[in-house]
Formats: sequence, structure tokens, C-alpha cells
Amino acid sequence: MSTEALAYEQASRHYAGVVAVDCVSLAIARGSFVALVGASGSGKSTLLRLANRLDRPDRGRVLVDGTDVAQADPIQLRRGIGYVFQNIGLFPHLSVAENIGIIPRLAGREPVDVGAALDRVGLDRALADRLPAQLSGGQQQRVGIARALAGEGKLLLMDEPFGALDPITRATLGQTVRTLHDELRLTTIMVTHDMAEALLLADRVVVMRAGKIVADATPHALVAGEAGPEADALVAIPREQARKLTDLGS
Amino acid sequence: MNEALRQLPPLIASHLLLAAAAMALALAIGLPLGFASARRPRLAAISVGFAGLVQTIPGLALLALFYPLLLALSALIGGGIPALGFLPALLALTLYALLPILRNVVAGLRGIDPAVLQAAEAVGMTSGQRLRLVEAPLAAPVAMAGIRTAAVWTIGAATLATTVGYPSLGNPIFAGLQIERWDLVLAGCIAAALLALVSDFLLGLIERGIARRDRWRTLVGSALLMLGLGLACLPLLRGPERTVTIGAKNFSEQYILARLIGLRLERAGYRVAYREGLGSAVAFRALASGDIDVYVEYSGTLWTGTMGRTDNPPRQAMLGGIAHWMDAGPKTGLVGPLGFENAYALAVRPDSGLASIAELAAKAPDLTLGTDLEFGNRPEWRAIRDAYALRFKATRAYSPTFMYRALQSGQVDVISAFSSDGRIAADRLTVLDDPKGAMPHYDAILLASPAHAKDKPFLAALRPLVNRISVADMRTANFSVDRDSDKQTAEAAARWLDLRTRR
Repeated sequence: MSTEALAYEQASRHYAGVVAVDCVSLAIARGSFVALVGASGSGKSTLLRLANRLDRPDRGRVLVDGTDVAQADPIQLRRGIGYVFQNIGLFPHLSVAENIGIIPRLAGREPVDVGAALDRVGLDRALADRLPAQLSGGQQQRVGIARALAGEGKLLLMDEPFGALDPITRATLGQTVRTLHDELRLTTIMVTHDMAEALLLADRVVVMRAGKIVADATPHALVAGEAGPEADALVAIPREQARKLTDLGS
Repeated sequence: MNEALRQLPPLIASHLLLAAAAMALALAIGLPLGFASARRPRLAAISVGFAGLVQTIPGLALLALFYPLLLALSALIGGGIPALGFLPALLALTLYALLPILRNVVAGLRGIDPAVLQAAEAVGMTSGQRLRLVEAPLAAPVAMAGIRTAAVWTIGAATLATTVGYPSLGNPIFAGLQIERWDLVLAGCIAAALLALVSDFLLGLIERGIARRDRWRTLVGSALLMLGLGLACLPLLRGPERTVTIGAKNFSEQYILARLIGLRLERAGYRVAYREGLGSAVAFRALASGDIDVYVEYSGTLWTGTMGRTDNPPRQAMLGGIAHWMDAGPKTGLVGPLGFENAYALAVRPDSGLASIAELAAKAPDLTLGTDLEFGNRPEWRAIRDAYALRFKATRAYSPTFMYRALQSGQVDVISAFSSDGRIAADRLTVLDDPKGAMPHYDAILLASPAHAKDKPFLAALRPLVNRISVADMRTANFSVDRDSDKQTAEAAARWLDLRTRR
């Protein structure tokens, strides 16, 4: 049995002749925080969705904890994997507490401790009875994260989780996720198009272009320019911004 | 007005029962079809398109269409499907209610944020859980709005069920229109409108309860709706012990005679129901299929219409022929003639000095004939024209009311009248004899359904009416209902006839 939490073996996915994921092989070790970076349409979201079978590969295999997801019951598989996405997708007719408790409820398990779940993502317990529409965007995504973690899966998939949020909320929420990742010993894969965010939060950055992995390195190696020209081009932007900010201050 | 109100409770019950059954059936079809259509654009185009097409058919026409359709279907499987009454009304109303339900369910489901559906999938909902926990509650407010619309339409359109012989609040409306009793029309309209308003209010309560996630409101609305339906249907619980259904076509004489038959049957211990306002062609079929048990027909109508005969035998021969034909074919029973005719006749002013059509023929070239709108095209006119070589100076067609006025004012000299019309007596008109027997006979005859054709107690209750109603009495009774002032109800006229015929 493999020790990888998630592994892709020559996985490919086409949509009507367009290649979204092109023969990708990637192994993600248990406990790592991986950022999937790339431009829009580079296939990073599709790659993520192959993991909990929201999408299926045309060729190749996807393994979660060493098991081919094609053999798994997709319903059970999804309940065991946290999934957070840009549009949040809270159930508008359910309260915050009901949203957070949905996976245990679906699975017929013990109800979650909503108070503790709210504490974990830094929300006031008084919000438990509110409807999602009564919360700010950042609060809503914190509920989305709490809902994803309530399934008690060790794998957390995040598809541009902070894409719709303002920069300050983004930064604090990023920190919250990193802290949770460490405390709960999660394996986290986060899709983002923001290289700075990837560099600051992840242990490992995987760069995709046109369905293929073009770079795969630690943030340190990326910043040092050791990850190849594709990655350098992406790192150049936040580096340039940082330089300009420093210049402004001097 | 009191009499009008007394008729209402059983009609409200059967009206609501029909509307509720149609709504239940429409929901049973519309909800699953709506859910299936929401994610299948081609199915949606077909189902919503079909429901929309149905909606363009006028309600009355839709009901009428089901009659031949069910008849044909019944014939195809060897009988047993009732073509009149509850079934055609239920089917037509169900189809009518389908569009708003279907359209709003589809709209409600399509309006759900795709992110929410994606989240439902990502948290590991089965399709059943997604339907129950996400799609149904989120589409419910929009779907409920459609259900409300459908309920109001259905309660309104259920008044049309009267025309296919199902008792509804249309009974007082159609009867009242026919005999110009506006209190009956108003009672029916107001009762139907109140039912629709109350249902709409309660469904609105449920809708707001669902939209605001207020379970209490939803429960109260549902409970009141069920309670109201139950209460309204209480009159139906008294049960149909030996109930007979009396049919009536859609004019005053028929309403009066139906009530007269009802009086006699009630006196003999029968529970009586009425199916009034039947179309002329529909009535006999309703009798043959047992949808009604007894009604008054006119011999000539059966002879030329249903039996398709073109000859014109004398009175007794025609009655004998009808009895023989019924015995051989539809197995309905001829109880007997009532004693008067409602035939086309020629009538003149009392001062004309004419007594028969033969005398009229000589003077006709100097006289003007006034007719109703269809007489000139009917076989009756051709029959007497050819038999007596009638040739008038001029012929003018009027609506019936104006035809009588034209005769009174001297604009015309002869009119085509119905022999039992009350205005003949009121205006003291002379009905001209037909010595050559050219006019077909339209004897009022009492007919019984196959089930009662040989039912001795039933026939014994009705036989005393045979040959007891004179044309003069029938004219008086008709006039008491038809006249412009001091109108009597059909029931009052029937009670008067009842006394006259018991002497």
C-alpha cells in the first residue's frame, strides 16, 4: 500500500476534444500542503475534481489512500474528503449549524459539535442559527471550510477558496487554513492563480499549463529560480511587486 | 335567495371534491414530470409545450372533447368507462392545472444556484438526498406559487363540469342563466369565488411558511386546508341510498319536468339528484349509459336524430317504433308520453280568423311569416311548405323574444312557435291545426335508463304522470318561469304541475 494521500497515474481528461488534464502523474504525500498554480484553463481545477470523482479521468488512475477512486462508491468517497470552492455553495435554506452538520447528517453519524466547529474556523458561536445570507463573504467561506472539515476526512481539496474575497480577508483566511492544516494534520491541495498566496501558504507548489505539470518545487526552490522558466515567469510577478513595495518604503 | 342558498352545500361538496381530485392528480403528474424536465431541456420543451397547448383550448371545449374521446375509448375496450360526469371533468381539469404546476416546478428548479447543486454533490449527497434536502425545499416557494394559480383556475373551471353532467357550482349558474334567475347565478358565482379565495389564502399561508422556513405557518395552513376540505365534503357522507339521477336539457320546460319527476320519486322514497343543462345530443347517451336514470325526451328528436329516420309516421306509430327500437338496441325504457307536444307549430294572432294550416295556405301570399333563426333551414319547414304549398309574401327571422313582439305589433302575421311555449297562452295566440299531419311529432316522452327499464317500483312512481300533462298546463308552467316579472322557480312551477296532474 502506498503512503501517498493522493496520487495521479497518467491521468487524462478531455472535454469535447479539448485537453483539460493531459497524462498527469503526481504523488502527494500525507500531511503536505500543495498549491496547484496556473492560468485559467490550465486544468488545475479539473485535476482537483478528479480526486473526489466530481469528474472522472478518460485514461489513467487516481488513487486516494492507495485505492483507485474508480472502484470506490462516489458518495462515500466525497463524504470522506473535504471540498471547498470559490462559489462557497452554502445551502441558503439551512442555518449555519445545519450547513456545518450536513455531512454527518447525510451519513447518519453522530451530530457534530457546531460550537467547536465554529471556534475552529474563528467564527462567533452566536452565528450558528443564522442563515448564510446574513453573513459576510469571508464568514460564509469560513462556514464552508467548517462544513468541509466536519466530515473528518484528512484530505482537504480547495478550489480557489479565496477567489471571491477581498485581500485582507484572503490573507487572514489563508492563515486560518494553514493553522488548521497543521493542527489537524491534513493533506491539503489548494488550487489558486495567485502565486504569492501559493508561495506563502504551501509546502510544495505545482505549476500547470495546458493540462500538464510544468514545474513542481518547494516555495524556497521557486523563489531561488531553481524550478525552470515557466515557474520563474510566475514568480517574477510577486517578486517585482515586492521590490516595488520595498522601493516605495525607502 | 334562500332557495338558491339551500341548494349550495351538496354542490360545494362535489365541486370541491372534483377540484381537489384534479389538483391531486395534476400534482402527482406535474411534480415528477417537472423534476424530470428541469434537467432535460428536450423533455421540458415537450411537456411544457403540451401543457401550454392544452391551456389554449377553451375550458368548455376541453370538457366537450373528452366526451367523444371517452366514448371511443370505452367502445374500444368493450365498455365500462363513463363518458359523462366525474371522469371527463377530472381529466379536463387535471390537464388544465398541469401548466402552472409544471412551469413553476421547472422554473423553481432551474433557479437554484449551480454552486449549491455542486456543493450538494461535493458533500456526498445521493440523488435522493439532493432532491429532498436541497432541490425540493429551494424550488418549493416558486412551485407553490404555481400550485396556487392552478388551484384558483381549477376551482373556477370546475363550474364547467355541470355541462358534462357532474354536479358543481356551475349548476345554479347555468340553470340561472337559462331561466334568468340572477339570484341563482350570483349564488353559484359567489360561492365559487369564495372557495377560490379561501383556498388561495390557505395555500398562500403554506407558501409563505415554506419560503420563510416557518414550519408552524406551513402546518397551520395545511391543517386548515384539510379541515376545510373535510368539512365541505360532509354533505356527501349521508350516502347514496337508492339515489336516482334525473337529467334535464338546458331549457325551462326541462328544468320544470325534472323537478316534477323528482317530487314524484321523492314521494316514493327515492333520494334524488339532478343533472341539469345537458346538451340535447348528450342526454340520450347519458341515459343509455346509466349516467342519468330518467329524463324527458321528445319523440321527433329521437326519431330523426338518434334513430336517423327520415319518414314521418303518425303519433302512435312513432311511439311504438321508438319503444321497439329501444327494446332491441339501447335497452332503455319508454315509460310513456306525458300528454303534450313541444313541436314546431305555426301560430297566429287570435283575431286572424284562421284555425288550420290548410286555411292559412290560401291567404299566405298576402301574409308575412316570422320565424326564429333556424326554422327556415329545418326539415319541419320544408315538410309543411311542401305539404300545403305555402308561399308567403315575405319571411323574416328573429330571436324568439322579438318574434313574439313582431307578431303582436303586426309586423308579421304568422310565426313559428314551440307548441308548449308559455307565450302562446300569455299572448292568447292560436296554434294552427295540421290536418295533413305534415309536422313531425314531438311528443314529450318519459324515458328510463336500462337499469330502471323494468324496475317496477320505479315505474310505478312515474306512470301516474303518463298522459296527464296537457299542453295548456305546460304552457302555463313554462310561462311562470319564463316571464319577465313575478318569475317563479322551476321548483314552484313543478309543484303547481304536480297538483294539476294529481287531480
